[in-house]
Amino acid sequence: MIKSVMVMNTQGKPRLAKFYDFQPVEKQQELIRSVFGVLCGRADNVSNFVEADSIFGPGTRLVYKHFATLYFVFIFDSSENELAMLDLIQVFVETLDKCFKNLHTILDEIIFGGQVLETSSIEVIKAVEEISKLESASNAIALVSKSVSGWRSR
Amino acid sequence: MGSQGGFGQSKEFLDLVKSIGEARSKAEEDRIVLNEIETLKRRISEPDIPKRKMKEYIIRLVYVEMLGHDASFGYIHAVKMTHDDNLVLKRTGYLAVTLFLNEDHDLIILIVNTIQKDLKSDNYLIVCAALNAVCKLINEETIPAVLPQVVELLGHSKEAVRRKAIMALHRFYQKSPSSVQHLVSNFRKRLCDNDPGVMGATLCPLFDLITVDVNSYKDLVISFVSILKQVAERRLPKSYDYHQMPAPFIQIRLLKILALLGSGDKQASENMYTVVGDIFRKCDSSSNIGNAVLYECICCVSSIYANPKLIESAADVIARFLKSDSHNLKYMGIDALGRLIKTSPEIAEQHQLAVIDCLEDPDDTLKRKTFELLYKMTKSSNVEVIVDRMIDYMISINDNHYKTEIASRCVELAEQFAPSNHWFIQTMNKVFEHAGDLVNIKVAHNLMRLIAEGFGEDDDNADSQLRSSAVESYLRIIGEPKLPSVFLQVICWVLGEYGTADGKVSASYITGKLCDVAEAYSNDETIKAYAITALMKIYAFEIAAGRKVDMLPECQSLIEELSASHSTDLQQRAYELEAVTGLDAYAVEIIMPADASCEDIEIDKNLSFLNGYVEQALEKGAQPYIPENERSGMLSVSNFRSQDQHEASIHGLRFEAYELPKPSVPSRPPVSLASATELAPVPEPSYPRVTQNVASVPSVSSADPSDLRLRLDGVQKKWGRPTYTPSETSTSTSTSEKTVNGVTKVDAARDTIYSKVRDTAYDSRKPDAEIPLEKQKLAASLFGGSSKTERRASTTSHRAGKASSHVIEKPQASKASDKTVAEKTIVQPPPDLLDLGEPAVLSRSPSIDPFKQLEGLLDSPQVPSNSNHGAAGANKDSDIMGLHAETAGSGPSSGIVNPVPTNKNDLDLLSGLSNSTTNNALGGTPTAHSTQVSKGPNTKDSLEKDSLVRQMGVTPTSPNPNLFKDLLG
Repeated sequence: MIKSVMVMNTQGKPRLAKFYDFQPVEKQQELIRSVFGVLCGRADNVSNFVEADSIFGPGTRLVYKHFATLYFVFIFDSSENELAMLDLIQVFVETLDKCFKNLHTILDEIIFGGQVLETSSIEVIKAVEEISKLESASNAIALVSKSVSGWRSR
Repeated sequence: MGSQGGFGQSKEFLDLVKSIGEARSKAEEDRIVLNEIETLKRRISEPDIPKRKMKEYIIRLVYVEMLGHDASFGYIHAVKMTHDDNLVLKRTGYLAVTLFLNEDHDLIILIVNTIQKDLKSDNYLIVCAALNAVCKLINEETIPAVLPQVVELLGHSKEAVRRKAIMALHRFYQKSPSSVQHLVSNFRKRLCDNDPGVMGATLCPLFDLITVDVNSYKDLVISFVSILKQVAERRLPKSYDYHQMPAPFIQIRLLKILALLGSGDKQASENMYTVVGDIFRKCDSSSNIGNAVLYECICCVSSIYANPKLIESAADVIARFLKSDSHNLKYMGIDALGRLIKTSPEIAEQHQLAVIDCLEDPDDTLKRKTFELLYKMTKSSNVEVIVDRMIDYMISINDNHYKTEIASRCVELAEQFAPSNHWFIQTMNKVFEHAGDLVNIKVAHNLMRLIAEGFGEDDDNADSQLRSSAVESYLRIIGEPKLPSVFLQVICWVLGEYGTADGKVSASYITGKLCDVAEAYSNDETIKAYAITALMKIYAFEIAAGRKVDMLPECQSLIEELSASHSTDLQQRAYELEAVTGLDAYAVEIIMPADASCEDIEIDKNLSFLNGYVEQALEKGAQPYIPENERSGMLSVSNFRSQDQHEASIHGLRFEAYELPKPSVPSRPPVSLASATELAPVPEPSYPRVTQNVASVPSVSSADPSDLRLRLDGVQKKWGRPTYTPSETSTSTSTSEKTVNGVTKVDAARDTIYSKVRDTAYDSRKPDAEIPLEKQKLAASLFGGSSKTERRASTTSHRAGKASSHVIEKPQASKASDKTVAEKTIVQPPPDLLDLGEPAVLSRSPSIDPFKQLEGLLDSPQVPSNSNHGAAGANKDSDIMGLHAETAGSGPSSGIVNPVPTNKNDLDLLSGLSNSTTNNALGGTPTAHSTQVSKGPNTKDSLEKDSLVRQMGVTPTSPNPNLFKDLLG
């Protein structure tokens, strides 16, 4: 099972954090910090895997990928395959590359309750687009226009 | 987070995100966020906020919480938003609550109703959003409220909904297996869903179910196999392909499931062989995901009932992983190797050098994985090398968590496989010295116990030898600064008990050291207590032996200091010491018999012998005894009291203390020590906590704790006399177990290297050659040993046909072949390097002699290692030579290490090689022929392999294949 997905920048600031087991806010911060502590100590040409049992308890592992200024981190237990997780990060990133919006929606399409749900970035995008289409359809009725300047300029 | 595409957010929010991004320090960030929280708090409670603005506030709350600040004031608004009819708002609300709330939060009850309604919605997106929330927010109590709807959704027309419904059901199963037990059959049904995505989703819960109960799902083996077959044959729609692999994630899941189902089940496994073999063949090993599937295949192969062909394929893949440049693949290779050696231990041997490379890799993750592998393959023949390595690594790291783990592994391995007690003590010393505060206190107790009890056999000589070696090493170590407390406790105890036992060290020397310790660690009361007790023992033994005791001035002052200590325990010990030194030899002999820590002590729990005394006291008007459990603050203290201090403290009783164990003093009534100690606390009920710990240590060796004893029993069995050879201090003795011949050869070889190495200035190749030798030796000591035996059997039959013709020349031939091998590995200038070359044979030499002894069939030592797995043999050959190339490349982080000398080496090597072969051919010994014959195909093999690896863009660690052309031509 996947325990958590994190995206953080190279300064350790979280950009996205999702925990599939509930963690209180303080604990989340602590986990993010310790993950960052591990990651920033690693050289460039080493493996993408880290055993994380000191952070998340026995048997947990962490796979990360470093893109530009961002770390993408997946934390999971022994029932997943490291290389496959690495590719799941790839799927996630590829998807973001194609449509950078609704991060949570995208992630929800890929991982569901800690399990891998969809691994094709095309399918994910299809789903996300369908959602936004329907969303905007319902928006059109409820909210008229998106660019109402009245509240935007506050 | 909502829509980040740029539209929909206010400038304010974008500014916030921007300023957070630009914040220079955590403090600045916090200030911005706190400010934001204030704003949100104010705004969010305003009446009549437009919904759209509310949505933004909620998203800002999510953002604030992600940055680690409390946003609980806004939770209720997020909950309210889920009630909205608008899809966007509803989804935002659900997103926020799934991020904010846990399943036991009070507000959940307000959402359950909405979820129920939404699960019935016509809009499938609303249903999906609700299912999303279900996964996160429904707990055991609320499952029944939504369960019927979720089950109904399993038959929904949209596959996305079916899929999510399965996942939700799976989640329920994880949270409370009993609540959905009756619905498990749904998963089986959904496995046959038309949509591959739904089928794939079903594999997740099925995997969990099968993990718990394999037997109920054996009937599905055929289905899983056929699904996997179809997937591998690309029968699924193209959209499931990922990097040209057909649905790799589904394949991985299926392989995991098959691994579970086939484990230990021959019949089930037989169904799987074909499909797994197919995947091995078809899998694209150039992509990451292809390797992921291959790795999963290896896991599956190592778990199901063994199949030699599949194991061979698995071994090939592992070889490819290990040779790869990618650390990820090396990591997977090491991990896979660790799995596969459980079924076929001989595989590790082929990869010894790769494993050693990984061990020396700067990547910590890889290193740890490799240690895990070594830990798995430890046996008595290589325990010394492995534990040494582990300890070295343990010393080098700072991560306490891992340090603890590796320390406990060292201890475990040492306890299980220790070749000798001496080695065990040395190892424990190292572990304690460097990770003393991290190891379990029980380990220290075990060590003391071992020293006290020795072999558990009646060999006093060996016991005392062990003790004096322990004492000796401790006296050496004790002067070092900053030793861990636990270790010092052991040291003090052993010095006190056995410091003067062999008479080599004077009492005043030891007491001096003990006083130093007590002084140096003056804020550690436990150590002081141990030290002063040890002092007391030493003085007591001196007095008992009739020697005159001159107390050192520092000891005198220590006693004075401790007599005035705040700790009553230390005070008491100090007074006891004073009292003991004032007694005559006879009395001291009785209270402090030498080496009595292991004597059994009989405990009269009823204290019946005191009845008379008690009655007398009661008659005189004393208070009756209050049972221990009615008092507080001193529970069980008495049980842990050590014998030594009590004897001194309770004057009326102490003389009887050692009576039982020493039947030679028959005049006194048999009164047990422990019963005497029971009384100790009565007059002084406020014993400090510390004493428990302090005193418990001596009691380990003298009295009860049964769990400790249990553990040590196993240990002692392993330490049976036969394995103990006092000379076994060197590290590479592992090979020596095999045969006597092997040993002498190895030793001789080793001697020559060392002498040669010290000879210094030779040509430039020499430093190059040294490292590989070390590595080679390490490899030999790690991997040499028992695994060879299995290998032998299979190779004989293979080679027997060819070999049989040479049977007659056996004695000479095998000797000659020894030489051939030696010569073959020689690098050019023969006189010096002949010696250098020989150790390279180390790993092989053990395999020579068993042959001679057992079969007498084979003419050449090359044969066993070369035949059988063609690749394996070739690896061995090339590895020896590859060493040069390897070490040149493996210099830490220096990518380019002058390639010219390396090549030259290889050339030299090869010319030497061809020389030797031609020589042999001329000489006409049959050996030479056979070696050549066996060499041909293997080199070809390795050539092919190399070129394959090269095609994949990986630099092989073995030497340039072109060079082999000389040989082949």
